[in-house]
Amino acid sequence: MSAFSQNPRPWIIRVLFVALAIILISRLFSLQLVDDKYKAMADGQAIFRKVVYPARGAIVDRKGKPLLTNTSSYDLVFIPNKIKNLDTALFCEVMATNKETFLKTMKKLINRNGYQRSSVYETALSTEKNARLQENIYLFEGFELQERSSRTYPLGIGAHIFGYLNEVSERMLNNPRYASYRQGDYVGQSGLESKYEEVLRGQRGVEYMVRDVLNRPRDSYKNGTLDTPSIAGKTLELYLDADLQAYGEKLMQGKIGSAIAIDPKTGGILAMVSGPTYDPNLLSGADFSKNYLELSRNYTRPLFNRAILAQYPPGSTFKPLTALIGLDVGVITPSFGYPCSGGYYACGRRIGCTHHNAGHAANLRLAMANSCNAYFCHVFRLTVDAKKWAGGLHEGLQRWHDYLSSFGLGHPLGIDIPNENPGSIPDTSYFNRIYNNRWNSCNMVVVGMGQGEIDMTPLQLVNAMCLIANKGYYYIPHFVKSIDGNGKDTMLRPYLEKHQVTHIPDSAFASVIAGMEDVVTKGTGKVAALPGIEVCGKTGTVENYANIGGIRTKLDNHSVFVCFAPKNDPKIAIAVIVQNSGYGATWAGPIASLMMERYLTDTIKGPARIALQEKMYNANTVKSYIRVIDSLQRQKDLMRDLLRTADKRTKDSVKKMRDTMLVKQILRDFYELKKKRHYDDGMRYQLEN
Amino acid sequence: MSQGRKPITNRIDWPVIFLYLALVSIGIAAVYSVEYISFSEPFFNMSKSHMKQLTWLCISLVVGLIILLTDSKFFSAVAYLSYLMGIVLLLATFALGSEVKGSHSFIKFGSFSFQPGELCKIFTALALARFLSTPETNFKTLKDRLIAGAIVLLPCLIIIKQNETGLALVYFSFFLAMYREGLPNSILAIGFSIVGLVLGTLLLERLPLFIIITLIPILAFLLLRRQIKRNKIIIIVIAGAWVIAVLFSQVIVPYVFKHVFQPYQTERIYSMLGQDIPEEYQKPGTVIKKDANYNVRQSKIAIGSGGLWGKGFMNGTQTKYSFVPEQNTDFVFCGIGEQFGFIGSSILILLYVTLLLRIVAIAERQRSLFSRVYAYCVASILFFHLAINLSMTMGLAPVIGITLPMLSYGGTSLLSFSILLFILLRLDADRQMLIR
Repeated sequence: MSAFSQNPRPWIIRVLFVALAIILISRLFSLQLVDDKYKAMADGQAIFRKVVYPARGAIVDRKGKPLLTNTSSYDLVFIPNKIKNLDTALFCEVMATNKETFLKTMKKLINRNGYQRSSVYETALSTEKNARLQENIYLFEGFELQERSSRTYPLGIGAHIFGYLNEVSERMLNNPRYASYRQGDYVGQSGLESKYEEVLRGQRGVEYMVRDVLNRPRDSYKNGTLDTPSIAGKTLELYLDADLQAYGEKLMQGKIGSAIAIDPKTGGILAMVSGPTYDPNLLSGADFSKNYLELSRNYTRPLFNRAILAQYPPGSTFKPLTALIGLDVGVITPSFGYPCSGGYYACGRRIGCTHHNAGHAANLRLAMANSCNAYFCHVFRLTVDAKKWAGGLHEGLQRWHDYLSSFGLGHPLGIDIPNENPGSIPDTSYFNRIYNNRWNSCNMVVVGMGQGEIDMTPLQLVNAMCLIANKGYYYIPHFVKSIDGNGKDTMLRPYLEKHQVTHIPDSAFASVIAGMEDVVTKGTGKVAALPGIEVCGKTGTVENYANIGGIRTKLDNHSVFVCFAPKNDPKIAIAVIVQNSGYGATWAGPIASLMMERYLTDTIKGPARIALQEKMYNANTVKSYIRVIDSLQRQKDLMRDLLRTADKRTKDSVKKMRDTMLVKQILRDFYELKKKRHYDDGMRYQLEN
Repeated sequence: MSQGRKPITNRIDWPVIFLYLALVSIGIAAVYSVEYISFSEPFFNMSKSHMKQLTWLCISLVVGLIILLTDSKFFSAVAYLSYLMGIVLLLATFALGSEVKGSHSFIKFGSFSFQPGELCKIFTALALARFLSTPETNFKTLKDRLIAGAIVLLPCLIIIKQNETGLALVYFSFFLAMYREGLPNSILAIGFSIVGLVLGTLLLERLPLFIIITLIPILAFLLLRRQIKRNKIIIIVIAGAWVIAVLFSQVIVPYVFKHVFQPYQTERIYSMLGQDIPEEYQKPGTVIKKDANYNVRQSKIAIGSGGLWGKGFMNGTQTKYSFVPEQNTDFVFCGIGEQFGFIGSSILILLYVTLLLRIVAIAERQRSLFSRVYAYCVASILFFHLAINLSMTMGLAPVIGITLPMLSYGGTSLLSFSILLFILLRLDADRQMLIR
């Protein structure tokens, strides 16, 4: 009381000081504790999330040789509505472009991706541009450099096997498999890159960085405690033999067709060549679009993986299968002979055979060695018309179809690269359809010699060889031996399963194999003989036709050759097809044989063989009419696409019109109802009054 | 004179020394944390701000020691002389001064530059104390009140001429000291009311402001019941003040903002406070510049993101990466707010207020009027700096360049506050003596 009443002023001043503290602290309270918008604003300004792309998994061949390497490249990405105060002139200078191109590109990208999402301004920046951008990127707010590893292929082989990487497309983003991807991410588009995408890509990491007022990342946020490290992709170890693959590609240059080599004991693919091939480096890096367009326009269609996509009648290489089925059904024995004198006439027309001398088909071995058409047509008919089939021909054909199915024909085998074609084998419903239910075994007799209504992919062809070499079983052909050293990965499980083919006795296989050995030692495929190694093979010369201007035109025969070796302990099975080149023994045979020699002995021995190799290297069997057929096909595709679009457009407009009518109808009904109600109300009003 | 025989160390007010050292250390830590990049850099790097500030602390302590060893009568003796010297120095800046950041208030000696305006605060405090303590002065007369006002306003006017508005405004704080010595209540009340009303009008919504303006007269009426019974004029004064305040805040200001001012003028006033223009004052078709209030916005973000405990020492994202401009000097509080949060900032404010209250306590125990007036001058200057600086970093007051005492980076500022405090300590050591 005393101090205050004496002179209150010191106390008033004290109160003033305390009041200041109270005001300031309550302001702090509201800023720091009540309002959390400042926290969010600070985080938005200073913290940014950097996605760390892991190194994509490596791919090595059976000897551990790397087939591809990762090189890191940078993409320039931007988010349109984060761009602020862009110095366009400087940007254009750094990017070595002019203002018009810059504006055009920006407009296009913004139209496509909108203002919110990030767009890629330029992919795979050159080292020079990258260096300049790294220095100046903080000046271009809204732009960011994104590191990405891309593939290079030091050997330049195996384009069709590895496939390629590209930005994930709109369509893929809708696919649940790619749900975790974002615009601008790279994803395997074909081949192993696509099939093993989940394994190869690893796991993306996130780093939280703190950036300063000039937008430059400075430190990791909270010492990286919130970061998720990226996990590198796993390594794929293949069965592929890089040397054999390179050799095969060299032999197949200038040819359309394919060559596949498999280790029959594991189903592991040692080489898969589709000719013509291309350098995989073309589809990796900055010039992707240009190169892709060029490749897709080439009339030889190098992007088309013929090894799994092309379907051919197998020709004479089918004969061992015919024999196998015949032996197993019991309609023939190995000593069964057919009196062929240069043709098969039992069906009222001549089916030619290249041999005329008597006794060239006196037993199975001889018939196989001489590739007697008449013999195998006869065996086929005997098989499907066999007495034991209670259902007659229909059951016979179905049984025959089942045999082939179990051999892996008529359906995709399930190789570990996507988009495999199924091939086709006819069944009863097929013949019912085209022959209007009136047919007999004569209608399809040429199927027995691998012509006519049967199509196989080269992969199925070589798989059939594995089956014979193994005497009754096969593994689904596949590339990957182990994932990060684990050969029993769940992704590899289907390839570890042994496919036992029904119950065909070893004796049947033995006689077929013996026949195939004779093919090489004294028959049509002598070119494939290797000293000291028992090679079994079968030539094939496939008649084929093309529809040119509505006329069915016979083209040059496909040259086909299948073989495996050594006979008793098969280590390699090969199928080679060279389109429109001639006899099986002329082109496909030498290529298969050279590849086999190279794989089994590591060298090509003897001047004759080296001369053969030179001949194969230099030959070009691509016929000029291929270009015509290709352009016709493209025209047809174009027409079909146009028609399809037009059709869709018509449907859309019809639907729209129908919708409009419907809406009109609904509106009309509604108003009439309303009018009626008004009328009713009026009536009621009158009545009530 | 029993006190006089004790050694000076026993007579010094140690709490003030401790508070002073604590605040300077916090300042150096704040400057260090803002510039810190990694531990690999040596701490003792003379090119870094914290080392420069440390050097200035040493200089200040030496000067302080010299002051403590000086006779206390010296300060009252040289009061007028120093004041005269201060005015001469201020005038000299017009001739010798060099331009720093648009203001013309620095004098350079080689690489060393200082602001006479800062030092002149000390001289003015001494001169005012000397004038009020002279026996011939009767502060109850208008003449002496005017003279005292002139002593304060003369340097103030010169500094305004030099374009250092913030520094000039500090001189108004001396009126707080004069209030203690007998300036009428009404002057202080009117002064604070005007400031409060202007800030309130700009910062608060109209309805809550009206409620506050109405509550204050009612409170005053209740408190002054007894006087009102005797003197009815008080009612009229209170009612008149209420009417003026309501007219000003509810009618005049909105009218001026809506119809008189150009959009850029409105914008400038609000941006000084770091506020967006309220929607009702926005003219259709005008684009609001976001950069205008950048400083305060960033400052508020930095402080606001601190939360309760702060982001931890040297973990501030906003201040460390220079989002806040002037974060070493005027906006040094942002670093504290961000790194130490509500708790740390509140402790800092309490430290300051403790210091202020301690100085008032010191002032009140002085025997000589000179010392008391001087002590109140010191408290007033500190109070004004503190209030304006902290309010502007938190968006409560316009941004005028004013430092945070002892914390802000800058030699002259630290040195002048040190001198202010050490003279006070020296005078307090002789509190039983009569100093004229």
